[in-house]
Amino acid sequence: MSSVETGPALLSHAARPPRPSALANALTFGWRAVLKFKHVPEQLFDLIMTPLMFTLLFTFVFGGALAGSTSDYLQFFLPGILVQTVVFNSVYSGMGLSTDLSKGLFDRFRSLPIWSLSPFAGLMVGDVLRHTIAGLIILSVGLALGYRPEAGIVGVLFSFFLLIVIGFGVGWIFIVLGLLIRTPMTVMTIGFTFIFPLVFASNIMVRPETMPEWLEAIVVRNPVTHMATALRGLMSGTATAGDVVLALTAPVLLTIALSPLVLWLYRRN
Amino acid sequence: MNDMKPVGANEAAPVLPSLAISVRGLTKRYGTVPALDGIDLDVPRGMIFGILGPNGAGKTTLIRLLATLARPDGGTASVMGHDLVSSPQAVRGLIALTGQFASLDEDLTGRENLIMLARLWGFSANAAKERADELLAAFELSDASRKQVKSYSGGMRRRLDIAASLIVTPGVLFLDEPTTGLDPKARQGVWKMIRSLAQSGVTILLTTQYLEEADQLAARIAVIDRGRKIAEGTSRELKSAIGSGFLHVALGDHARLGEAEAILEQALGAPVQRSAEGAQLSVVAGSTRAANEALGLLISAGIELSDFSMGSPSLDEVFFALTGQPMDEEAGGETS
Repeated sequence: MSSVETGPALLSHAARPPRPSALANALTFGWRAVLKFKHVPEQLFDLIMTPLMFTLLFTFVFGGALAGSTSDYLQFFLPGILVQTVVFNSVYSGMGLSTDLSKGLFDRFRSLPIWSLSPFAGLMVGDVLRHTIAGLIILSVGLALGYRPEAGIVGVLFSFFLLIVIGFGVGWIFIVLGLLIRTPMTVMTIGFTFIFPLVFASNIMVRPETMPEWLEAIVVRNPVTHMATALRGLMSGTATAGDVVLALTAPVLLTIALSPLVLWLYRRN
Repeated sequence: MNDMKPVGANEAAPVLPSLAISVRGLTKRYGTVPALDGIDLDVPRGMIFGILGPNGAGKTTLIRLLATLARPDGGTASVMGHDLVSSPQAVRGLIALTGQFASLDEDLTGRENLIMLARLWGFSANAAKERADELLAAFELSDASRKQVKSYSGGMRRRLDIAASLIVTPGVLFLDEPTTGLDPKARQGVWKMIRSLAQSGVTILLTTQYLEEADQLAARIAVIDRGRKIAEGTSRELKSAIGSGFLHVALGDHARLGEAEAILEQALGAPVQRSAEGAQLSVVAGSTRAANEALGLLISAGIELSDFSMGSPSLDEVFFALTGQPMDEEAGGETS
């Protein structure tokens, strides 16, 4: 092996660069998240498959029955499906984390003299990318099918900002699971056990007024309902500040409650 | 924790500058199970030091503590003069770790993995690419540099993993079972690489459960078992401490192994070890005369020997003599 000859020479040439900033470290991890998209484009399929199916299924199969016409239903449903997309897709950072931990990659990161939280910054970059890309694809499909956001481009921009914040907040749940569980598939299964009822017992698909009273009482208090309501409002230009605050409550509370837990779990052995 | 302290300010070790690693009474428990139970260790700079022990002995735990991945429950340890607990970030600046499993991003290419790590070390974008290409060339990975790591063979992964530890020249390189799972050819390649690194002055602490590996590479070996160091020395010292007169006996009739074992044990007053395949018995004979007498007893009992020899003990036998049990019979998964 030629490394026997070149090894020592190689070492002596290696100059030690100055220590990079925390931001530079975080950007490097962000770059890694972008590379993942380049190398695993099929993950896009995972990201949009479910919401795409839901959009088509609900609009064309149930839409007429639920809202009188498919176009009226699409107008109601599309902002909701964007919330569902982001909530479901926040599982991926937890799964990625679980993979990195089980492969020992995080051990290497943790043995480097870097800002210890920078790997999480990378996860967040990946999240923002995922949510933006999946959201844009679903929105484009919606536009092609006849969905029209009354508040125009500004409404869409605000909506996407809210979506990213929602994804960020919900993402903490999966990051905690990712730190606790070493099999990525189990992270997904356990995560969805909590997320599924939350998403379905919301106003994403149907108006709560049509439900039995006890269920309606639950649905109107579901944080996912607040998110969908705020997003509908932002897209149509009718959102109140109160709607947005309600939608932000759960993500903010999750961040406050879970980020210290994530830190503790990460720093513990 | 002063995690954010810059490295380099205190590069020169304050105490014992000739030691790369100094460990006193290091303990670590997982729950109530002691993974390390008071380990002392001194590793001089520039040495290949081997930690030999069976699965679950605490080898990986020791490496994890020294690489700042876990905090000790007791004892003190310093790496290149920096205390593990009080200045972990300084330690991190001077070490590199190649864990038991290739710690690489499988989705990225080999080159991208190295560039990412070089960027984390502070190389500029261009310098990181240059450094990655140098290392890829040196480790004969240039052809595969633009392929995803998931397509690499075990040997290629291991080489890339070690290359990833050499982005900047570490003071101490930790290698946790560097050749586990490799075929003999790939193992030879990794051994050569480790030797050449040591020649250029890198201190290497490697764990292994292969006696041959410790024998081949390490200038000094610490044998650990159940979280304790049970012996330390050069390979030769360890062997001579057990006694050089080792009698090896191979039987023609395997059915009489137990009988032969009993005779040898009684004749020589030392525990008898069966080889892994069970065909051979080894025992400390002390002298050739005692060995001859024992062989005589076997023959007069009508036990046919297909082979016998006197010689130095293997490290397997050293381990057996130290712990009273063969290495490969110790069950239990490796602690992390």
